[in-house]
Amino acid sequence: MTEINETKLPGVGTLHDFESQSGGRIGVIAHHADRREVVIYDSADPDRVSEGVTLTAEEARTLADLLGGTSVTKRLDDLRQEISGLAIDWLPISSNSPYVGKTIGETELRTRTGVSVVALVRGDQPLPAPGPDDELRAGDTAVVVGTAEGIDAATELLTARAR
Amino acid sequence: MILAATPGTATLLVELGVILVGLALLGRVAARFGLPSIPLYLVAGLVVGEGGVVELVTARTFIESGAQIGVILLLLLLGLEYTGEELTDALRDHAPAGGVDLALNFTPGLLLGLVLGWDVRAALLLGGITYISSSGIIAKLLADLGNTGNRETPVVLAILVAEDLFMALYLPLMAGLLIGGDALDIGLEVTAAIVAVVTALGLAVRYGDRISQVVFVRSDENLILSLLGLALLVAGIAEHLQASAAVGAFLVGIALNGPAEHAARTVLSPLRDLFAAMFFAFFGLQINPTDLPPVLAIAVALALVTAATKLATGWWSARQVGIDPPGRLRAGATLIARGEFSIVIAGIAVAEGIEDDIGPLAAAYVLILAVGGPLIARAVEPLTRRFSQLGRPARPRRTPTARGTTVS
Repeated sequence: MTEINETKLPGVGTLHDFESQSGGRIGVIAHHADRREVVIYDSADPDRVSEGVTLTAEEARTLADLLGGTSVTKRLDDLRQEISGLAIDWLPISSNSPYVGKTIGETELRTRTGVSVVALVRGDQPLPAPGPDDELRAGDTAVVVGTAEGIDAATELLTARAR
Repeated sequence: MILAATPGTATLLVELGVILVGLALLGRVAARFGLPSIPLYLVAGLVVGEGGVVELVTARTFIESGAQIGVILLLLLLGLEYTGEELTDALRDHAPAGGVDLALNFTPGLLLGLVLGWDVRAALLLGGITYISSSGIIAKLLADLGNTGNRETPVVLAILVAEDLFMALYLPLMAGLLIGGDALDIGLEVTAAIVAVVTALGLAVRYGDRISQVVFVRSDENLILSLLGLALLVAGIAEHLQASAAVGAFLVGIALNGPAEHAARTVLSPLRDLFAAMFFAFFGLQINPTDLPPVLAIAVALALVTAATKLATGWWSARQVGIDPPGRLRAGATLIARGEFSIVIAGIAVAEGIEDDIGPLAAAYVLILAVGGPLIARAVEPLTRRFSQLGRPARPRRTPTARGTTVS
């Protein structure tokens, strides 16, 4: 994954920038007022912005779409943040998961993998802190927390095709 | 009958109208040459003030009140620019840069004041005048030059943040010192004022969200009344506690965030522009232009020295975070501009009447650096470009080839 630098600009907003594989540096300034500025760094003087374009919120969305905006949501699914041995992940429950229609208790997920389901996302609705009696439905996304290995095991369990 | 204007109101309206139209025209001239409007407003004030070409009599009281509201709005909007988190982050990450800035730029003013045999308090005020860069001019400069995304910019902004925070302690400190009395009285006043500011700052950072929710309303009309009312109230209370009205307004600005902050910026910016213009004009108004020539040489010398010290500050601070020489030069040049806050500090000195020369000196000094700072920053741009091309091996550039030939 691309390494992105985040810099706070007090009074202005936040700058995110990264270096592309081809060697060019590009950044986006999110201004406090809902503007976005796309900046390209000078190849001779890497500290300096050589070209900048300011975009309104709508133009920024258009640009994101053109660049393949869906990758943002895809990335969210892939996102796995590790906090000193603790990992969090988003597991989509597909219709062919063996546990569709079963309750969280019935998956015995915690006993088998040590992983807890801390929230379910159903459509646009988050269901925080589901209990063992809450049912998994096709299309849900389970937000799980555990060790990295545990999450791998849980991913296999929850997403394995029904045999 | 209300509409039957007395000769007094007629004169007031005409004088105010002439002043505002004059400021507007000057603003256009400034924009045309890419210059900040602050120095021109000062000049306008000089022209219509004491000993100027024409002297305003009737409108003066109105402009004086307008000027006080102007300071409050300047600081309120400055506070709005920052969230409490940004302040604490900038301080944590760039404290050394802030310290170097203070040492290099406060000292020349302070020393000059002492050398001139001024009252220590006047010397301390002159130190403040030379120390503080103009956030307003610099923000505009960064945007105009397209330098907001530059890697040296976070350092520049952090230095400005540190300066603004310093102001929040410095203004009440000076207010305490200016009241006078014996050492114990002053000590108590100053301690009380600073404790009040630090507590308020803590509350603003911690409970900002809550305060913002209470203040925010959807109606612009109601919002402007709530915000301006709150700012004036806090500023008034702060002034009463000898902690400086401006600092009170700054703290209100810091406390506001989220939707309230956005809305506040939109509705208050035009008001700020109007009253800040009056503030700069009023400062000019209090200065007799014939007092300027005698202090001009000193002002030029002070401007040269403190332009160099700001340049050094920017250079050093940018180097600390691994910026190459061209970026260091840009950081330094950008920081040179002095403006609104130097005038705020000089305004205190003039109001207290502690040293006759400080007003004219500050006016000349700010006139030089408010114009000179941006000019230097612009001049440095092409220079750094050449600089950077010298420094590193030129990358092979794709050259256009004649049609039909192939490049082997």
